[in-house]
Amino acid sequence: MTLAISELAVSFGGVTALDGVSFAVRPGSITSVIGPNGAGKTTAFNAITGFLRPTAGRITYDGAALTGLRPSAIARRGIVRTFQRTSVFPSLSVADNVLTGLHLSSNAGFLDVLVRRRWLVLEESSLHADVDEIIAFVGLGHRRDEMASALPYGEQRLVELALALAARPRVLLLDEPGAGMTGAEKTVVSGLIRKVRDQGVTILLVEHDMRMVMGISDTVIVLNHGRVIAEGTPGEIQAHPDVIRAYLGATSGPA
Amino acid sequence: METLLQHLVNGLVLGGTYALLGIGLTLIFGLMSVVNFAHGEFYTLGAYAAFAALALAGLPFVAALLAAIAAGALLGALCERALLRPLRGHSIDTIMLVMIGVWIAMQNGELLVWGGVAKSIPHPFPTAPLVMGPVAIAPLRIIVLVLAVGLIGSAWLLVHQTKLGRAMRATFQDRDTAALMGVSIGRVHAATFAFGSALAAAAGALLGPVFLAYPSMGDLASLKAFSVVILGGLGNLTGATIGGLLLGIAEELGAGYISSGYRDAVGFVIIIAVLLLRPSGLFARQERIG
Amino acid sequence: MMALGRGLLAAALLTLPFWLADPYYLHIAIMAGIFAVLALSLNLLLGYTGQLSLGHAAFFGIGAYTSALLTLTLEWSFWPALAAAIALAGAAGWFIGRLSLKLRGAYFVLVTISFAGVISQVSVNWIELTNGPLGLPGVPAPELGPWSLRTKTAYYYLVLAAVALSYVVSRRLVGSRIGRAFVALRENEALAESIGVDVTHYLVLAAVVSAAMAGLGGSLYAHYTRFVSPEVFLFSYTVTMVIMVVAGGKGTLAGPLVGAVLFTALPEALRLAASWQWQMLAYGLLLILLVFFLPRGIVPQVVASFSGHPRSAPGSKTPLQ
Repeated sequence: MTLAISELAVSFGGVTALDGVSFAVRPGSITSVIGPNGAGKTTAFNAITGFLRPTAGRITYDGAALTGLRPSAIARRGIVRTFQRTSVFPSLSVADNVLTGLHLSSNAGFLDVLVRRRWLVLEESSLHADVDEIIAFVGLGHRRDEMASALPYGEQRLVELALALAARPRVLLLDEPGAGMTGAEKTVVSGLIRKVRDQGVTILLVEHDMRMVMGISDTVIVLNHGRVIAEGTPGEIQAHPDVIRAYLGATSGPA
Repeated sequence: METLLQHLVNGLVLGGTYALLGIGLTLIFGLMSVVNFAHGEFYTLGAYAAFAALALAGLPFVAALLAAIAAGALLGALCERALLRPLRGHSIDTIMLVMIGVWIAMQNGELLVWGGVAKSIPHPFPTAPLVMGPVAIAPLRIIVLVLAVGLIGSAWLLVHQTKLGRAMRATFQDRDTAALMGVSIGRVHAATFAFGSALAAAAGALLGPVFLAYPSMGDLASLKAFSVVILGGLGNLTGATIGGLLLGIAEELGAGYISSGYRDAVGFVIIIAVLLLRPSGLFARQERIG
Repeated sequence: MMALGRGLLAAALLTLPFWLADPYYLHIAIMAGIFAVLALSLNLLLGYTGQLSLGHAAFFGIGAYTSALLTLTLEWSFWPALAAAIALAGAAGWFIGRLSLKLRGAYFVLVTISFAGVISQVSVNWIELTNGPLGLPGVPAPELGPWSLRTKTAYYYLVLAAVALSYVVSRRLVGSRIGRAFVALRENEALAESIGVDVTHYLVLAAVVSAAMAGLGGSLYAHYTRFVSPEVFLFSYTVTMVIMVVAGGKGTLAGPLVGAVLFTALPEALRLAASWQWQMLAYGLLLILLVFFLPRGIVPQVVASFSGHPRSAPGSKTPLQ
């Protein structure tokens, strides 16, 4: 059940974004990837989840290769991501967003939809029940029928999280879940991330807020200039000379 | 060999006007992200303006061309101001629909004003073709080619040597930075649309007398303009020029050697072929798998 | 209340030939029905996946020609010819879908227009097959067992059945995870992929179903007018379909139906008052006005004013810009 990256390299337009990155994400852990801007963190996410084709290297989950698969196929294997910029289905309500997110919970194909009415009705009502459960989990019950794009920023990011959870991930990749959030919102998100991990989901996250990172992570991986420069517990990383040098002067403080 | 040369010459004449159409559209489509389905209608407008100037007012040929250019520029500026500016920032679909509306309205307006019967546009040049070695070419077509080249040259001058052109290029490359540097985006848009439409009208005024003027002539012109833009690359003036010439020559060669009935299909096939072989459309910023 | 309304509507439609016996009105009803099928088909692409197909007349025309040629030259019976028309149009839709896999927005539109253009040119020039501009006259009327469906009344019921079928298929698709996948790829494609929606698969599926439905409309048209010519590829047919969907309300199911009835009945009503050129001119202006003042179309506007729950500004920026 391990997500493993081996010698991952990505270059485009003459720029080397990732230069031979290798690490494995321990199942059931919360692993954070940190590094200065331009270190290659989001590029790594894009490569893992199929939005970018790596120039070299292998990505495997549970032993099976993920490299070369399209994002939806990777999602079907249980690896789901969120995006750095707010990504919701803007003109749908929160409930419809989550209902759409439950796409992988069903296998109904074209013929099923046309003919197997009774089975479908049962399935749809079970999906609706799941929607309520997920909305309650992230705490958006009061916004259930509101249009996603009309919500305040922090709540939209909760919708994003709800969407990702609806896809029933085994590994959840969160791209800057705390970006742009107030301290209180970050605490809520951190709590949710822990709750998700407690349900058996492996979490890999990219984040700039050091307090948030050190607070919830089991493992921290540090990237700089497209390479891994350190890997360890939060305590080890905070004392690591290479890491301190990489961040020289630049600290991402809390809000 | 002689027929080949003849086809090439004919193709150049056509291609020159296609280049004008293409340059106008590549500027509009590239700079403003407006899918101008009405582009062909400005072409038609130019043809009818030339007709009015030549047949009704008896003006000299160049004056008719200028009248067409003026008509195109004016109507283009009006369209931009009244329809496109309020919709700036709206989705591409919305703008597409509006331009389709303009397309339909303009075409049927032409139909109502001028009637559906094709009109022959009179011109003051002798009809006997000049024979230069293996090639015979009507004086009208020579004039058309010369004027087209002249207009293409002016377009180049405007875009590369004037302040407005600089502003246009800056806006195309990076709108926000251009705005921060003091470029008036509104004025650039208005000028671009007016200029692009004027070029289309010029193309119509030039080709109209060669063939005929009829209300639906703009449909094919629009498609061919898109074909040229797709061939040459969005916002690429050189590409549009070369693309236009290539399309004209391809059409003539196709009509001559394959079948004249399918001549207009050449543009369609180019669109499909190019878009097929260049899989990421220009709206896909990320390189994606699948 | 709603159920009563629907019941009344159904009853009215089922008994229409009896209370609207004038053949002229029946003719309008039949044409409205054929266009309803076409509008529903375009709506799947435009209203749900958000892709504008301006070449939809190509699928309509392919359906018409296939059905006509099979019954005329190969003397097939209507029903297998209809099936073949639907299948062939659907195949064309698959072709366009695969062709345009990576194309969105304007480029998709251009490919659809070009495709329609090529098919149109073929139908004009390939005289051995299509008889060119002269067209194919004498397309036989359908037969159901011993009965010929030649009369307007009989044809009306055939068309009504087709509309009902198209509506049911649309409705079931739209209300299912397939419909949600369509909308997802319109709203935010990258996000859709990340939660497991195979965008390619669903785009192609939408194109196939949409084209097949248009092919159904084409076959019905061919056997009603009993004549098929390259005019079926006329851009004005596509324009009419687009207006029906956009004015009626894209992305709704009632919208295309309302649009189809409105824009079949209106031109007929105005026929005495104004020539078709004025009508088309009005269509163009109408499209512009709709975009500015009624961007979501008639049905959503009516529904919104009844429920008093306006959604936010339509037609504004989508996240994929």
